[in-house]
Amino acid sequence: MSKLSLSVGPQHPGSGHMRIILTLSGDYIIEAIPDPGYVHRGEEKLAEYRNYIQNIPHLERPVVLDATGAIFPYVLAVEDLMNIIVPERAQFIRVIMAELNRIISHLYYMAIYGIFMGHSTMFMWPVGDREVFIDLANTIAGQRVTYAFLVPGGVRNDMPEKVKEQADKACNYFEKRLIEYEHIFMNNPLFEKRTKGVGILPKQDAIRLGVVGPTLRASGVKSDVRKDDTYSIYNQLDFEIPVSNACDSWSRAWIHMEEMRQSMSIIKQCLKRIPTGPVKLNLKQIKVPPGESYSRVEAARGSLSYYLISDGGKVPYRVRIMTPSFRNLITIPYIMKGVMLADMPPTYWGIDYWPVEADR
Amino acid sequence: MVETSNTESTLIEREQKLAADLKSRFGDVLEITIKSKRIKIKVKSERLLDIANYINNELGFDHSTSVSGVDYPNSKEFEVVYHLSTYGREDFRDIVIAFSTRISRDEPKTLSLINIWPSVEYSERETFEMFGIIFEGHPKLEKLLLPEDWNDIPPLRKDFKPPGR
Repeated sequence: MSKLSLSVGPQHPGSGHMRIILTLSGDYIIEAIPDPGYVHRGEEKLAEYRNYIQNIPHLERPVVLDATGAIFPYVLAVEDLMNIIVPERAQFIRVIMAELNRIISHLYYMAIYGIFMGHSTMFMWPVGDREVFIDLANTIAGQRVTYAFLVPGGVRNDMPEKVKEQADKACNYFEKRLIEYEHIFMNNPLFEKRTKGVGILPKQDAIRLGVVGPTLRASGVKSDVRKDDTYSIYNQLDFEIPVSNACDSWSRAWIHMEEMRQSMSIIKQCLKRIPTGPVKLNLKQIKVPPGESYSRVEAARGSLSYYLISDGGKVPYRVRIMTPSFRNLITIPYIMKGVMLADMPPTYWGIDYWPVEADR
Repeated sequence: MVETSNTESTLIEREQKLAADLKSRFGDVLEITIKSKRIKIKVKSERLLDIANYINNELGFDHSTSVSGVDYPNSKEFEVVYHLSTYGREDFRDIVIAFSTRISRDEPKTLSLINIWPSVEYSERETFEMFGIIFEGHPKLEKLLLPEDWNDIPPLRKDFKPPGR
């Protein structure tokens, strides 16, 4: 059969601007080459021209859904170089925000997964339920999506007392909703048919290619930075790492569902144990001594790391951002191979690839 | 709290063991620095492949988390840093090795490590376009994120000034 070359994108092969060049044989994909870069902002260069505080808002921008995950390793790296220890209450608030952002990002993932399958209800429900958590984040950090809330030395403001009640209400509501999601979407025969056994990434490949996040865990590798290279207060918390050996698109969605349950459990534990006290060190100025630091956290899509070099000046000498989407880009040729063209969008979205985050 | 100090003491042992392994095996490693869970190894660029092979095969660091270029115009050098981590070795999962070499800024060439760590594919490509560093042996050293018609110097070099700055 003759081959056909097809360019998908750059206008939204899924969500965000990115192109995939497919080679088709009939209905089947025999080769897929990703072509990123349409939303490249030069964040690493920008960071060399702004001081350590001015850098915070713009470094969050590539990852609006998971702003805390994006800025968490940055503040950890700055604090590591400055050799300061953050007050404990601030550590708890940071973890609460990080887990809230994980839920917000995962809900968006489920919504877009739904619309890629032509399943409008699965688009409407998670987007609606996401508001519950956005409101909660708004109560804590004062903004809906990008907060600039984490700063070197703590968090910008203390959270109001009513958060506990609001969080309990949100979690109780959402735990029931997750069961409904399972009925309407996860166990939906149409969804299963188009994702089970599709987009396979074997365990060996996942390790070799250095894949991260839910995609890695769906390929049977039990690895999560929160446990492996623990940071902040995660070693004091009790939570599970969901793993699946199915290696397919369906199991990637399942991992996201389970992780939202774990995140809610973490938020509840934090709110129960959060101590009173200051939330920010009283730093007169951010003076970072020369040196370098590499820090990583488990953001919503996987390991997000910063390699920060300071020469003792007002601005960083070099900021290297490595995002989970950029690292998972390498899987696209593997998971697409042999997939039907009609199943390309869900397979693409299965790895939770976010073009803006990848291009930085 | 006792538990934390325990894991920390074993962490120091593990770090020391890794560093000692490398030092005894390769006498010509330029510098090894250890700083809580992060080990930096500086090597000469011609020794890159041998030592990378050892870190992958013997120490079990099976993937690269990032490849970074750093520009030092004053000493006319680029530093190429490979950050390495492991999934296979559970006892080393918290450790990140920064494996680095310095190359001349006038003739920025180094060997690609793609045959040892396939995970460097896009990171090396990005470092190529952002710094102009040529990774010899990389199968597809082309533009990745920059516009196709970019005709200025590589933008992450210190002598490239963004418009308005």
